[in-house]
Order: sequence, then structure tokens, then C-alpha cells
Amino acid sequence: MTRTLLSLSGISKQFSGKTVLDELSLTIDDGEFITLLGPSGCGKTTLLRMMAGFELPDQGTITLSGVDITQTPPENRPLNTVFQNYALFPHMSVFDNVAYGLKMEKRPKAEILERVEDALAMVQLEDFARRKPHQLSGGQQQRVAIARAVVKRPKMLLLDEPLSALDYKLRRTMQVELKRLQRELGITFVFVTHDQEEALSMSDRIVVLKDGYIQQLGTPREVYERPENVFTARFVGQTNFFPGRVTKIEGERISVDVFGLNRELGKPSFRVAMNQSLHVLLRPEDIRVLAPDDAEGVAGKIVERNYKGSTLDSVIELEDGSHVMASEFFDEDDPTFDYSIGERVRVSWVDGWEWLLAEEGDEPLTDEEELAADDAEH
Amino acid sequence: MMQSIRQQPFRAAVLVLVWGWLVFLVLTPNMLVVGASVMTRDPANFISLPLNLDAYRQLFNPLYLEVFLHSLYMAAMTTLVCLLIGYPFAWALSRVEKRRQILLIFLLIVPFWTNSLVRTYALKLILATNGLLNSALMSLGVIDESAQLLYTEGAVIVGLVYLLLPFMILPLYSVFEDLRQDVLLASHDLGAGRFATFKNVIVPLTLPGVLAGVMLVLLPAMGLFFVPDILGGSRNLLVGNVIKNQFLDARNWPFGAAASIVLTLTMALLMFAHRLSKRRLGEEGA
Amino acid sequence: MRWLSRSYLALVYLLLYVPIVVLVIFSFNDSRTGYNWGGLSVRWYESLFSNHAMVQAMWNSLWLALTAATVSTCIGALTALALHRYRFRGKKVLNGMLFVVMMSPEIVLAISLLGLFLLLGLKLGYVSLLLAHVTFCLPFVVITVMARLSGFDERLPEAARDLGASDFTMTRTVLIPVIMPALLAGWLLGFTLSMDDVVVSTFVSGPSYEILPLRIYSMVRVGLKPEVNALGTLLLVFSLAMLMLSQWILSRSKQ
Repeated sequence: MTRTLLSLSGISKQFSGKTVLDELSLTIDDGEFITLLGPSGCGKTTLLRMMAGFELPDQGTITLSGVDITQTPPENRPLNTVFQNYALFPHMSVFDNVAYGLKMEKRPKAEILERVEDALAMVQLEDFARRKPHQLSGGQQQRVAIARAVVKRPKMLLLDEPLSALDYKLRRTMQVELKRLQRELGITFVFVTHDQEEALSMSDRIVVLKDGYIQQLGTPREVYERPENVFTARFVGQTNFFPGRVTKIEGERISVDVFGLNRELGKPSFRVAMNQSLHVLLRPEDIRVLAPDDAEGVAGKIVERNYKGSTLDSVIELEDGSHVMASEFFDEDDPTFDYSIGERVRVSWVDGWEWLLAEEGDEPLTDEEELAADDAEH
Repeated sequence: MMQSIRQQPFRAAVLVLVWGWLVFLVLTPNMLVVGASVMTRDPANFISLPLNLDAYRQLFNPLYLEVFLHSLYMAAMTTLVCLLIGYPFAWALSRVEKRRQILLIFLLIVPFWTNSLVRTYALKLILATNGLLNSALMSLGVIDESAQLLYTEGAVIVGLVYLLLPFMILPLYSVFEDLRQDVLLASHDLGAGRFATFKNVIVPLTLPGVLAGVMLVLLPAMGLFFVPDILGGSRNLLVGNVIKNQFLDARNWPFGAAASIVLTLTMALLMFAHRLSKRRLGEEGA
Repeated sequence: MRWLSRSYLALVYLLLYVPIVVLVIFSFNDSRTGYNWGGLSVRWYESLFSNHAMVQAMWNSLWLALTAATVSTCIGALTALALHRYRFRGKKVLNGMLFVVMMSPEIVLAISLLGLFLLLGLKLGYVSLLLAHVTFCLPFVVITVMARLSGFDERLPEAARDLGASDFTMTRTVLIPVIMPALLAGWLLGFTLSMDDVVVSTFVSGPSYEILPLRIYSMVRVGLKPEVNALGTLLLVFSLAMLMLSQWILSRSKQ
């Protein structure tokens, strides 16, 4: 049983003439963990700030449980925000920070005391109530920010890249923590991030944004395995793009020529014509690296190898000069397998693991997207 | 090891020079003032033994007490007016686009670099009985005959505000600059309206700037003796005028020294408050 | 809200600048009374420069400001370097003392120095003025230089030492060039502070060495003197030039 909690329709926003959001519509269900994912400047933070009430849309409406809140000031919206750099009040103790929202509601003292203590217990900071924010570590400040936002029992929690200031290990811990909190509280979480890994591991649904448009909206699995366009495919995870050409269409099957290999594949959801060029997408972990004398696959040589602990990642240069990324798990039979640079191999994949996309006037990644994608990997 | 030996002479020379200067020209003279304040007035040698607290007792002489309180009142009014003008000013200034801020700050520093005597004199041109303000008011029909603006308490306060306003604005501007926007948003997000946010977040966070500004305005407002000399006539004296008279005219050094120690103590008190307020915010006290 | 705050800013700037503008305009006023407009004239500038004592006071002030700024820049730069580079006992005390000098009312500094000079039997004149001016300029120079030092890469001196420079050589070849803009700005500030000082100079100057601010002070205490308008305008232009020079130096060095 899902019920719409927040609905945005036809939202547009410009900043000094530059369109940040363009006629964007989105509905968020009660109780879900939804992530707004995209490179910097894609409009995800603006969208979140609009939900919080810090920005007003130029056009469009926002309704919360059926009530129009488009023009409602932030202090009157039953939503709370966890800010990117925590935005704790530096002059107040942890207790006063968390109590702030309840004091604004003019709650009785006893109730405030109890609820603040509960909230602090929830983030395991009971013993830090008297400290000032500057006496806490980054992770602890983060927890205070979360406690401060959830103590008001908002209908929805908005999290603006809340983990970006934390180091890798702490970020991992907090991801698990946030998931746990969301399950326990049953509050809808709207999470903004540029880290695709974070998005995939935490969300019920992901909204992939670029230049103010929704590129794709779906579950992590859908977004990763069945990207709807080149941008999503490139931004979420690493992908090999192989050039393919349709050579035969027969009912629900088509034949595609990739590097001279003729592959018979399922017909994609978009229209295909004979001789049409299309992208054949394969994740590095779907690539099979074969011995040079194997009958299958395309010939190439190893040009890069990186030991990654659980996987061995390699880049193979094919004879036509294109590069293929492969990521192979170490298996129990041969825990020491490795490649040497220049080693000759053949590259193939299991039929049915590829994903087809139509060409889109096919622009290469801009520098900014490249950088954002790099960011997201770390 | 070689290096640390070779760096010694240079390092030692620098430290001796700096310490020497400060001990000789700051520490010693201030000790002298403290010493002078507990000695006896001597018309021939300025000061002489025995030691006593007469000078401090004299501070409470009704005649001087009145002057001190009046001076304190004018300094407090000056500070208050500077704060009332400067606080919203600094706030507005910190919200202007960064590119323009540079120019606006520059315009604020210009007076600091220009001769304060000359600027006080310029005010006299405006406030004089036949001056510009009176002429303007009369031609507008606001008043019928020239008002006495010069040589009043008001003129002294106007003069002090005019000279000291930038010293209030600059520290305030710097705290408003440091005021993080997301903290204000967080306050709204948690249900606080404009006023509650101002009272609970903005005021406490800008308090160090307020205290720094008060310190930079209140103390000179008690010491700038040339302002009453030019604008205030003989009845609106500052502590500075009293000190100056005692040292240069009345030759009562112990009393002048005691009066200046009052100023120094006020400064110490303000500095302490400023430090405290910064520490509360978790910043290292200056 | 936006236009309200803008017009408020404009109003305060207006109030700050009206007296200065009035002064400049009146310096070209032919009228003797100083209130009414009597036509354009440069007679007050002429009378200023034909006054021998006035010109002498100007030269005295310039020389004093020049020397005071130079000495305080040298000592101030060394102090800032010592505070920045060395760890030594009493560093906090030194820092605190500079802060106190900057914050304490000028008049307190003035009488304490007067006491010292009289105790030493020093004749009040150029030397006493110089010592006093250097003392109140010092903290400003230190602050300017410290600000510059705090913004620069800590590893540069280490790199220089690593490449074989002695402490002194490193200071000369790395630190001094880095703080050069701050030294110039500090010098200009010191120069201006010295040119403008009334409070301290009132106490520590003697009849043998008359300086400009004190001459102005005696002129403006009673009534209105049109010459002061002209003199004030000249000083204003002069200070403005110094300030712009200093801002230019600082902004150019930021890059």
C-alpha cells in the first residue's frame, strides 16, 4: 500500500536567467527512501531546497498530503532538513540544538526533555548532551544534525549530501545507520547525493537528474541494469559502450554485429531498423576474459591491470584500438590468477547480459560530468 | 643541529629588539602611570611621596564624578547610536554582492585614513549657528530661527559617532560575513520565524562583533578630547579632557593617572567580555 | 527588503561623506565668513603656502611620518616574523601586549609616554615624537604582516631550508619577498596614522618641533578658519592617494 506524500508538478526555476529546473514533476511515496542523484549543477539541491521552502519555484506547485505548500515558509512546513555541513548552532549545546525545534513549538519542558533524550539515544549521543558542537567529531556532529531534524517527527526528512564531509569508513557506517533510522522511524527520506554507490546501496528509488531534467526514475536495480539513456548508463557505475549494428530483425530477436561478432539478442523496447547503429552496454563485471586460443570473442591485449582486493580490474585494448574494462572476481580454484601487461587475451560476454541503447546524437561526456562521475567513484 | 646554532644570533637579535621596545615604551610607562596614581601631587616635580589613594578618592569628588558620569553618558550614547546605525548597516553590507562589497568596504576605510581633526572641523561647518544645517532647516521652514546646535552635548555625540562609526561597523561586518546562511535556514527549518531566528541565532552569533565594536567605540569616545574642544564647549567634557587638563594644565599627575587607570580598567573589562563571548562560540579568544 | 537595505546603506554613506564634500567645496570659497558662498577662489591655498610656520610644520610632519613609518615597519616586520616563525617563552604575552597597545585609548599611551620621557629627562621634540609614533604604529604593522604570513604556504620556508638555505638566508630570500606587499601597506598605514595623530602628539611634542596636526588643532579650537578647509582638502587628497596605493599593492599581490 503506497500513498503519495509529496508531489511536485511542473516545477521550473531559473537563477539569473539560467534554467536550473525545467517543468519537473515527481511524486514521493509515504515511507520510501528516495535519492536525488546527479552531477553538481543538475538541480538536485535546488529541488530539495524547494521542498524545504528555502527556494520558491518560478512555476509549478508542491503539495504535501494533498495540501498546497508551494508558498508556505519553511518554518511552517512539517518537513525537516539535515544540512550538508550540519548547520548546527555553534553557541548552543547539543541538547539545546536538538531542543530548538521543540522550543519553537512551545512544548512543555518535561516533554522537550524526554523527546530530546530519546532522539539523542537514538543516535547514541546520550552522553554528549552538554557538549558544544565544536567539541564533537564530524560524525558526531552529523548525528546531532539528524537528531535535531527527527526530534520534531517530521513527515519527511530532507538530507542534503549529509555524508559528503565524512571520510570513507565513517560514511559507510552512517549509511547503514541512516537506513536503520529510516526503518525505525518510518519517515520518508529524500536524500541528495552525487555518489552513485551511496544511492544504489541506500535507496528504494533513485531519481537521476541532469540539467534540471529527470533522466530516469526507478529502483537501484532498474537504474543500474536497465539504464534508459546514455547519461544514466555512464553516470551510474562503469560501463563499456560497444558499437553495434543491426543485421537482422526476426520477431522478438535481432542480430547485432559487435566487433565483427554476430550476436543474437532480444529485441529492445525502442524501435529498431535494419543497419541501425546502437550501443551495446556491458558492465565490466559482465565481461569474460578468455585465453588467446579460445574460439570465442574478440582478440586484444591487456594494457592495464589493477588489483582491487576482491576483484582484478583490467583494461583490454582490442585490435581496432578501442578499450574494454573488465572486472573479474577471484575464484577459489585459482586465487592467484593475474595478467601481465601486453598479455594477449580474447574478450567475450554471456549472451543476454548486455543492454541495448539507441544512439542519441551521441555526444561524449562533458568535462564536468566526467569529473562528477570520478567524484562518485571515490 | 648546525642550523639551530646558526639561527640563534638572528633570532636572539629580533627577540631582544622587540621585547626591548615593548618593555621600554609600553610596560615601563604604564607602570609609571600606576605608580604616579598612588603618589602625592607636587607642583614642582609633578609627583612626590608619600604613597596614598587620594587621587582615587578624588575621582569620587562630586565635581569630578559629575564630569565622569556625563562623559560616560555621552560615550554610552555614542556607542549605542553607533550600534543602532552600524548593526543593520553591517548586516545589509554583508548581503551585497561580493564584487561591490570591496568598493563599499574601501569607502568605509577612507575616513579611517583621513585626518580626524579635519573631519571634526568639517562637522563644525555644518553645525555652526550660521552653518549649513541651520540654513537648510530654515529655508525648508522647519525652524524659524537658528537653533543652537554647536557646543551642545548632542554635537559632541554627533562628532564622536561620525568619527567612530566605521570602528563599530567593521567588526560587525566581519561577524555577519562569518554568519553561515545554512544555520539561519536551519533555524527556519526547525520552526522559528524571523524574530525568533534573530533573537535565538543571529544575536548570539554576532555578539562577539558587537562587543568588539563596543570596545573600539566606547574607549575612544571617552578619550578623544579634541571633539569636545571643537564641538562641545566647556561643559561637555570627556574623561580624556579631564586627563589632559590634569597633566598639561592643572599639573595634578596623580589624579590624571588615576583617571586614565579607570579607562584602562574599562578596556580590560570589555576585552574580557569579548574573549568570553568568543570562547562560547568555540573560537580561540583573540 | 532589498531596496530598503540598499537605500539604508546609501543614506549612511551619504552622512559619512557630506561633511568631507562640504569641506572640499568650502576650501574653494572666496568668502571669509566660511558659511556663505562668495565665489570660486584658491586664496586659502595661497595663504596656506605663504605662511612660513605652516609650511615648516608640514615639513616637520612629513619627516616625522616618514621616519616613524620606516622604523615601525622594520620593527613590526621583525616582530611579525618572530611571532610567526619562532616558538619562544612569553609569545602569548608579546601578542597580548601588542593587542593592548592597539586597543588602549590613545590618551593612556600618551600620558604614560609623557611620564617616561620626563623621568628620563628627554627633551620633548622630534625624538620623543618619533618614539611615541613608532610605538602606536607598531601593532598595526605587525597585524598587516601577520595577516600576510598566515595566508602563505608553511612549506615554503621548509623547502628553502631543505635546499640548504640558512635561517637568515631563507628569511631574506623567501619570507621578505613574500611579505613585501604587507610591508608596503603597513608602511603606508603607519605613515598616515602618524600624519593624523593629535592625541599622543599633544602630550609628547615640544615647542622646538611643531607638527601639522597640532597646528590645525590650535586653529580649529576656536571659530572657523577658512585655511583649515584648504589644508584639510590637501590632507584628504594625500591620505586618499596613500590608501589607494596601499589597496592596490595588497590586491595586486593577492592574485
